Amino acid sequence: MNLLTSWLFDPTNWSGSTGVPARLVEHLWYTALALLIAIVIGFPLGALVGHTKRGGFALVGAANVLRALPTVGVLTLVVLLAGIGLVPPIAALTLLAIPPIMAGAYAGIQAVEPVVVDAARGVGMTEREVLFQVEIPNALPLIFGGVRSAALQVVATATIAAYVGLGGLGRYVFDGLALHDYPQMAGGAVLVAVLAVLVELVLTGVQRLVVSPGLRPVRTSGGIQR
Amino acid sequence: MTWVFDHLGLLGDLTVTHVYLSVLPVVIGLIIAIPLGWAASRWRPARAILLTVSGLLYTIPSLALIVILPALISTKTLDPINVIITLSVYTIALLVRSIADALSAVPGTVVAAATAIGYRPVRRFVGVEFPLAIPVVVAGLRVAMVSNISLVSVGALIGIAGYGQLFTNGFQLQFVTEIVTGIVATLLLALVADLLLQLIGRLLTPWTRVGR
Repeated sequence: MNLLTSWLFDPTNWSGSTGVPARLVEHLWYTALALLIAIVIGFPLGALVGHTKRGGFALVGAANVLRALPTVGVLTLVVLLAGIGLVPPIAALTLLAIPPIMAGAYAGIQAVEPVVVDAARGVGMTEREVLFQVEIPNALPLIFGGVRSAALQVVATATIAAYVGLGGLGRYVFDGLALHDYPQMAGGAVLVAVLAVLVELVLTGVQRLVVSPGLRPVRTSGGIQR
Repeated sequence: MTWVFDHLGLLGDLTVTHVYLSVLPVVIGLIIAIPLGWAASRWRPARAILLTVSGLLYTIPSLALIVILPALISTKTLDPINVIITLSVYTIALLVRSIADALSAVPGTVVAAATAIGYRPVRRFVGVEFPLAIPVVVAGLRVAMVSNISLVSVGALIGIAGYGQLFTNGFQLQFVTEIVTGIVATLLLALVADLLLQLIGRLLTPWTRVGR
């Protein structure tokens, strides 16, 4: 166990621009940015297809192909095409986050009881009102499940940004590897693991607050889907 | 394309390694997850414990676990065994829940009928309950398979062989073709593996297509 803790509990590794707090901020920044872009792209697409019930097959197919796309491949490819910088890791992480968000929005909205949607139209709601006031609130458990799963994957995978010269907690893993400094490598890995568990706990808490109590108990299929 | 044809031998080797590192964990995971899923479907406390633990394990990033394992079980740092154990753990975490849910969903009347015509518990599980759970198990296996195939590539960043080496090598040599080849090969492998699993699922459940 000393291998895991010797680097981690050394106070000199917890300060300065290469210290854990600074790397943590970088890691969370990549994660938040990629997640935000993925939500902006994936959510409207999933919601639109779920609402119109058209193109579901194409959407699920596209999500599956994106899921099979190797993130490291995308990362290295974009570096060669666009150069070193923030773009390659954010592009790779965004592509990773889109499928669960898009699929969650689609599955959730598509599965809202037709009776409920008909009733909403029956009382004179416009299509926009049906979507925003009825379908999306009712679909929140699955929508949130998708975002949670995406966040978890992105926070885990943001580690690879360090492979192409950026910061984040992955820095310790790859620096440790290059220097044959296993305690540093393992320390970085432990930090990433702890961060992932914390993110999962926080998002589960947020989901409790956001989702209408009428929609509980929530059973997102299989917990987190990778 | 000429690069691809000049390096078929390399691609073949990488394919074998990649398939080995991604399929073996699925097999190991399935073998371990069946009894665990069965236990979780039978006893409420077992269910609570197993599902909590597997949810937690599933949260831990794969790259992190691959790196941490040597400190926990004294394997060598860059040994592929770390990848196999890590991916097996994920497969188990994923499958225990689906198997438990699928077994719980087998109608009580079916189990009662099997018992009534003389099936003992073990034979009833093998001959009646598990086969009825196969569609759900196959769905879980497909998710595990595709995610394993893409996770093996991540291992290349810390020196594990497989298609991921095409990415790290192409990156160091600034050679786009090699990276694109790796991406296409990964997608093809995921597609083939997924189709094979669907086919196996269909062959194992002929009754789902009778009388329609």
